[in-house]
Amino acid sequence: MKASALALRNLLRNRRRSITTLLAMIVGAVSILLFGGYVRNVVYGLQTGYVRGTGHLQLQQRDFQQFGSGDPVVYGVADYQRVINVLTSDPVLAPMLTVVTPIIQFNGIAGNFDAGVSSAVAAIAVDVPGQIEMHKWDDYGVGAPPPPTDATLNSPEDGVTIGTGVARILQLCGALNVPNCPSPPPAAKSAGAPMPRDVAQLAQDDAPAASPRVASAHPHIELLAATAGGAPNVARLQVFETQAQGVKQLDEVFIGMHLTQAQRLLYGRSAPEVTAIQVQLQHTSQLPAARQRVQQLIATTLNEHPLAVYDFRELNPFYGRSIAFLDAIFTFISVLIGAIVLFTVGNTMSAAIVERTVEIGTLRAMGLRRLGLRRLFVSEGLLLGLIGAAAGELIAILLVTLINHSGISYTPPVGADRVPLTLRVLGETPLLVGTAAGLIAVALLSAWWPARRAAALRIVEALRHA
Amino acid sequence: MDVLRLSHIHKTYYLGRVPVPALSDITLEVQPDRFTVLSGPSGSGKTTLLNLIGCIDAPDRGEIDIGGRSVISLSDDAMSDFRLRNIGFIFQNFNLIPVLTAYENIEYPLILTHAPERQRRQRVTELLEAVGLTQQARHWPGQLSGGQRQRVAIARALAVSPQLVLADEPTANLDTHTGASIIALMRSMQHEYHVTFVFSSHDPNILLAADDAVFLQDGRITSVEHRQLAGALQ
Repeated sequence: MKASALALRNLLRNRRRSITTLLAMIVGAVSILLFGGYVRNVVYGLQTGYVRGTGHLQLQQRDFQQFGSGDPVVYGVADYQRVINVLTSDPVLAPMLTVVTPIIQFNGIAGNFDAGVSSAVAAIAVDVPGQIEMHKWDDYGVGAPPPPTDATLNSPEDGVTIGTGVARILQLCGALNVPNCPSPPPAAKSAGAPMPRDVAQLAQDDAPAASPRVASAHPHIELLAATAGGAPNVARLQVFETQAQGVKQLDEVFIGMHLTQAQRLLYGRSAPEVTAIQVQLQHTSQLPAARQRVQQLIATTLNEHPLAVYDFRELNPFYGRSIAFLDAIFTFISVLIGAIVLFTVGNTMSAAIVERTVEIGTLRAMGLRRLGLRRLFVSEGLLLGLIGAAAGELIAILLVTLINHSGISYTPPVGADRVPLTLRVLGETPLLVGTAAGLIAVALLSAWWPARRAAALRIVEALRHA
Repeated sequence: MDVLRLSHIHKTYYLGRVPVPALSDITLEVQPDRFTVLSGPSGSGKTTLLNLIGCIDAPDRGEIDIGGRSVISLSDDAMSDFRLRNIGFIFQNFNLIPVLTAYENIEYPLILTHAPERQRRQRVTELLEAVGLTQQARHWPGQLSGGQRQRVAIARALAVSPQLVLADEPTANLDTHTGASIIALMRSMQHEYHVTFVFSSHDPNILLAADDAVFLQDGRITSVEHRQLAGALQ
């Protein structure tokens, strides 16, 4: 008679109690796995979003993080094409890369002078083909990004995308057909004073020859920014589309534009620079090695450039805080469920020991050592843990499959659109193994203490137990 | 050589803080292959003495030798091992393990001794035959009558060929006829396997069947009767 067979028979003695205990464990396992699957999906979604948007690494002028937003011209990366060439041709780094692309981030003031309104904005200027490649990254199978719009693909150099909040503030919702975008009350409307002559002149000077001011079907805005030496410059831009950013504060400042347009605005006829070079890797797991290699290159081949490298977690502190927050909730729920399982199994084992006190005395009288008795009860706890964990995981996988195919959608913590609710459990080995191991460990622990008490019983008292 | 020797055993229980003497200055020797009964009124100390002999309780003072070995100073594990190999127990309520079949109940002590499977099977089969339960080998305790359960308990007590079998009121929960058959069975098993039996009992049939009768009162031995082989039941 093996200990496991004996333990199973003992568990089957009081089927109702054993089933109740198993149900508690199954519910616990399912809860942990479903929430864990949700957390994994949010984490992968967040990471995918940030990696698509900012890349895994960014090379910036070493003081840009501290002072760059005030003067992106001074803190730009000069001769950036050479930096890109060094990165993409490096034999160590190249196999890890998917995209290396430049961007410019700067602050300015956007105005709709026809309506007499203006607002501070944060502009991001990109190389469109590079960004389209960046957005294809999907290492976790989150799903393909929305295909680039016609405006993204075909807008001229002076075409821009603005946040829906910017459109609202600049009173462009009507012209851009933005849904759910209120217009200001008539009393609040500005008189619509004409554009100041100096601003108009700057905008006229900046406009590319291929994009005449007139005969455009798209509304215009003027974007005022500081150039080298602090002098202002203005670009007259065509708004091709709006894009909801998900977060109101960001939505009210976002302007996306072409890199060349931003370079002309900021650098004029000087040599164009960028504020960062985005580096996207094939897999996030390559990040430490890639970062180390980039740092080596900065210290050697690129040592004439005052560069620093940051990863997406440093550039997006919200990512780390979100993960820490989700991890804290997950840990709290796991501990809570662990405690419930601990007391449930402990209660079951304690009840079993009370019922079997005479049997305990008999076994000890026959010569079973204390250790053997402990092992007997702990085996029952282990068996409960194994069955509970296995059944819990199986049921959780079935539920996850159902939920993932149910078509339920939700709006993730960072995002503007509803997305299908996906729980990631299958293939998440650490989550599956950790949950099973945790439940089994809790079951063992909760059986161990009553088993210890059973083994400590005095034989004559156990035999006298009625 | 005596199979059991008790020297100046004292045992006191406490009811709260009030000491209740259970055994006082018990000295007793039991010869091998004897059928010895401990008799006396309730509270005379029979069960306490049996517990001390069975090494499941410890005296306050005195010496206990079983098979020439002093057992007083043994550790808990050593005491467990000693009981396993040298002492068999038969309980008033049979105390079979309910999740084990008759066969498995008899086999269990052999498993504890790590006896090989073949040897276990041979021994259990032999004992089942000896107690007349070959047909009930796969029955659960709940499927057996009281007499059958006690037969399984007797077989289990003899499984590891102990020097000593202790029985606490083994016929108390059986009717007269079944009790008599159990006494007869134990007697025959004692002869067949050359084991020393020590009982506590009020049962006059057991007293009649005993080789030695030890009478207790108020925790003291009042008299000991040594007889020749009692053939009263044969």
